[in-house]
Amino acid sequence: MSTINYSEKIPNNVNLGEDRTLQRALEGWQPNFINWWDDVGPEGSTNHEVYLRTAVSVDPQGWAQFGHVKMRDYRWGIFLNPGDANREIHFGDHKGEKAWQDVPGEHRANLRRIIVTQGDTEPASVEQQRHLGLTAPSMYDLRNLFQINVEEGRHLWAMVYLLHKHFGRDGREEAEALLQRTSGDANNPRILGAFNEKTPDWLAFFMFTYFTDRDGKFQLAALAESAFDPLARTTKFMLTEEAHHMFVGESGVSRVLARTAQVMNELKTDDPLKVRAAGAIDLGTIQRYLNFHYSVTIDLFGADQSSNAAIFYSSGLKGRYEEGKRGDDHVLKGQTYKVLEVKDGQLVEKDVPMLNALNEVLRDDFIKDSVAGVGRWNKVLEKAGIPTRLTVPHKAFNRQIGALAGIKMSPEGRVVNEVEWAAKRDEWLPSAEDFAFVASLMGRVVEPGKFAGWISPPVMGINRQPVDFEYVRFG
Amino acid sequence: MDMAVEAGVIKQHLIDPEICIRCNTCEATCPVNAITHDDNNYVVRADICNGCMACISPCPTGSIDNWRTMPLVRAYSIEEQFTWESLPAELSTEELEAAGVSAEAAGDAAAAVPAQTQAQAQAAVESVEPVFNSAQYGATVPPWSAAHAYTNLFAPKAPTTATVVGNFNCTEAGFDSETHHIVLDFGVVPFPVLEGQSIGIIAPGVDAIGKRHHARQYSVASPRNGERPGYNNVSLTVKRVTEDHQGDPVRGVCSNYVCDLKVGDTVQVVGPFGTSFLMPNHPRSHIVMICTGTGSAPMRAMTEWRRRLRKSGKFEGGKLMLFFGARTQQELPYFGPLQSLPKDFIDINLAFSRTPGQPKRYVQDLMRERAADLAALLKDGASHFYVCGLKSMEEGVVLALRDVATEAGLDWDTVGAALKREGRLHLETY
Ligand SMILES: Cc1cc2nc3c(=O)[nH]c(=O)nc-3n(C[C@H](O)[C@H](O)[C@H](O)COP(=O)(O)OP(=O)(O)OC[C@H]3O[C@@H](n4cnc5c(N)ncnc54)[C@H](O)[C@@H]3O)c2cc1C
Ligand code: SF4
Ligand code: SF4
Repeated sequence: MSTINYSEKIPNNVNLGEDRTLQRALEGWQPNFINWWDDVGPEGSTNHEVYLRTAVSVDPQGWAQFGHVKMRDYRWGIFLNPGDANREIHFGDHKGEKAWQDVPGEHRANLRRIIVTQGDTEPASVEQQRHLGLTAPSMYDLRNLFQINVEEGRHLWAMVYLLHKHFGRDGREEAEALLQRTSGDANNPRILGAFNEKTPDWLAFFMFTYFTDRDGKFQLAALAESAFDPLARTTKFMLTEEAHHMFVGESGVSRVLARTAQVMNELKTDDPLKVRAAGAIDLGTIQRYLNFHYSVTIDLFGADQSSNAAIFYSSGLKGRYEEGKRGDDHVLKGQTYKVLEVKDGQLVEKDVPMLNALNEVLRDDFIKDSVAGVGRWNKVLEKAGIPTRLTVPHKAFNRQIGALAGIKMSPEGRVVNEVEWAAKRDEWLPSAEDFAFVASLMGRVVEPGKFAGWISPPVMGINRQPVDFEYVRFG
Repeated sequence: MDMAVEAGVIKQHLIDPEICIRCNTCEATCPVNAITHDDNNYVVRADICNGCMACISPCPTGSIDNWRTMPLVRAYSIEEQFTWESLPAELSTEELEAAGVSAEAAGDAAAAVPAQTQAQAQAAVESVEPVFNSAQYGATVPPWSAAHAYTNLFAPKAPTTATVVGNFNCTEAGFDSETHHIVLDFGVVPFPVLEGQSIGIIAPGVDAIGKRHHARQYSVASPRNGERPGYNNVSLTVKRVTEDHQGDPVRGVCSNYVCDLKVGDTVQVVGPFGTSFLMPNHPRSHIVMICTGTGSAPMRAMTEWRRRLRKSGKFEGGKLMLFFGARTQQELPYFGPLQSLPKDFIDINLAFSRTPGQPKRYVQDLMRERAADLAALLKDGASHFYVCGLKSMEEGVVLALRDVATEAGLDWDTVGAALKREGRLHLETY
């Protein structure tokens, strides 16, 4: 039996010290979490002291405390946003009723499933990023990777807290299982497809944090509307941390583009081979990575028509993105939404009941947000005087889930036959050769202020520290 | 201390649209709802942002930490900011001068920006003239012996309700700067506060563009166990705002609402706020309080808490010293009660800048007169300094402290840095 002082080791605002049952449950789980971290967490990093942002409370002063910490000693706190005792359910069939502080029996299974699915993605990304520390393009980037890793770890804690606190014995079992599945494991993989894909290199990592962590933002935002108040408050707080992950992706790709543009201008060329020879990543490769990560990520929103989505919404478990800001009736009965399907070799839109199309609604919100960021990437090229622009592929491109699964489609949205797909695949998605080339650039650079040749330095350091700050102290 | 604030120049808080990733963290964090967005940009409302810096470290990109010296009348509107693709350049000295802003005033605006952004502020005004940045000496940590403060229990979106149980005019009636002492009761709702913290009040109704009023902050004037000990209440010291910083007549939205409240009325409250402007609690700690006007509120809270403790036999060793400025004696809130405090309990120094027939005296003049005592306190690691009141007083007060230190043979850079690091110099000016 461990003798951990939880209120100190695990900063929390859930009265952990006074909840004996919960404390005992977490005492059982905690050593397994540390074992998991040691086994599949960031490789070779045990003795590094990393300049991390740690949350010790949820107020502005408390949730962004910076300092050098060994990742194993990071304080994986449990935080819920401050509650409002009078909060009302603001959508679905229970609209106007008081938000639930406990899990209603009839929604127990669905809520548990939602929480487990969300929880499963958190350790998965740590596992997917496990080897990246060995090829970091700079000490600054290494630090950002580790920051993301510890926060994904904390988000796992957040979901485990909900399972332990509100779901009794099966909650504890589900919490155990979160540590037993492993990303990419043939026998016991992570629940969602994208979380079993490899993150082989840093360009993939930046695309992943840009697109896939943005999926996290939209899922968390939808859960932050939940009628189950503890879930709403937990995910609200997680959202503030998720922002950093998207930042790493957005600024990471921007910096890759800035470097590529610089090389193109210096050499006065747009020939991908010359760009590659100069040690930068050509724009075509970047576009192909984008196509891949974008299409894999939009699959994460699920089938375009789903009765589960309708049930989750109507029963108040999961709202829409920014539900509170929408002007409709928040019940959505009798309304329709347009989804895509292929008919006679053509893409057509059809109206389906809105409630069944809520995955598509969330996907479309995500798409709008992603596209705006791609516009910001294009500004980098525009400023450098490079005429090429990045674009997101068509929504139906390379989909594996829902009505569009398996349909062969060009990035512009033209249905193509197998032959054309086979011929063009490597133009549209990263080829083995692209991966090999990007991998060849991945050498480790960890001297303060130095950067690998394929990426520009960031505009500013973390927490107003200089770019050449010692973000990681190697033990 | 002159109550009128000089020059219509502000340090405007802006977000760099080129770096911002539109993650919403700042909007979710800002305690007074100063941040908003459209599909294009995240922007800060110049008239609401009070520079509290709560949004700075949570922002993952650093894009939030941008400040521009601007003539108030030319402050960028949010509509303008929504259209930006990049930040506009800092106005040149000539442009500022053309708008009637002197180099000195631009410097003042820079000094008003809290310590964390001093580097940027400094860089921004370097072309104008080197300035003494008083704000850089202000601590962001509390004294080591301070009690733990609760903050942000009630966010702007979920305020709590308090009932007015007292409202007294505590300046002589008939003076422009009427100041009220308001007591609010929270009933059974937990609202723990410490001396030095502030709370926010949301006035009812909407502003000119139809949005709910943002919360105005007020320092707590009562000690931790309540204005009336053992009851769940706090008191505030609120000055009716009847003219703006330029001296033009204006009816301040929230201060007038609060001053006109009747016993039994209810108000919407957010907060509490503040984690560093907190009093030391160890028995040998000294407290030096320097304030003007309603800046006396936290000083009253601290004094009253010490007075209650003293009655119970604690704090024999710790000294209390107060420097308090107003235009006239009549405008000094709490003047009567102050006079009846025993001399061996608190060393009171009052400065009046507008007493007819008398030379103007400001708090910093009094501080220089008491240099010998202040120097002794500056040498003592148990001394804590608190400055609260109008922005325009801050620089003069910190300069006076510097001069006192220097004349006593102390190295101000060392002393000032220690005061900051150890949470012993606190600045709260508005
Ligand atoms: C941390 C903190 C603590 C504060 N503590 C107190 C306190 O204890 N007691 C107190 O009375 N106030 C205090 N204030 C100031 C208070 O929050 C409001 O700014 C003030 O009451 C004016 O609000 P209003 O709604 O009446 O005026 P508004 O309607 O917001 O403003 C009207 C006009 O008056 C100008 N103006 C605003 N404040 C002043 C001022 N003080 N003097 C001259 N012109 C002004 C504005 O620029 C504007 O042009 C504090 C502020 C901060 C940031
Ligand atoms: S400085 Fe404070 S008031 Fe201004 S935008 Fe940031 S959090 Fe809001
Ligand atoms: S927190 Fe920073 S990056 Fe996020 S929206 Fe605000 S300014 Fe932009």
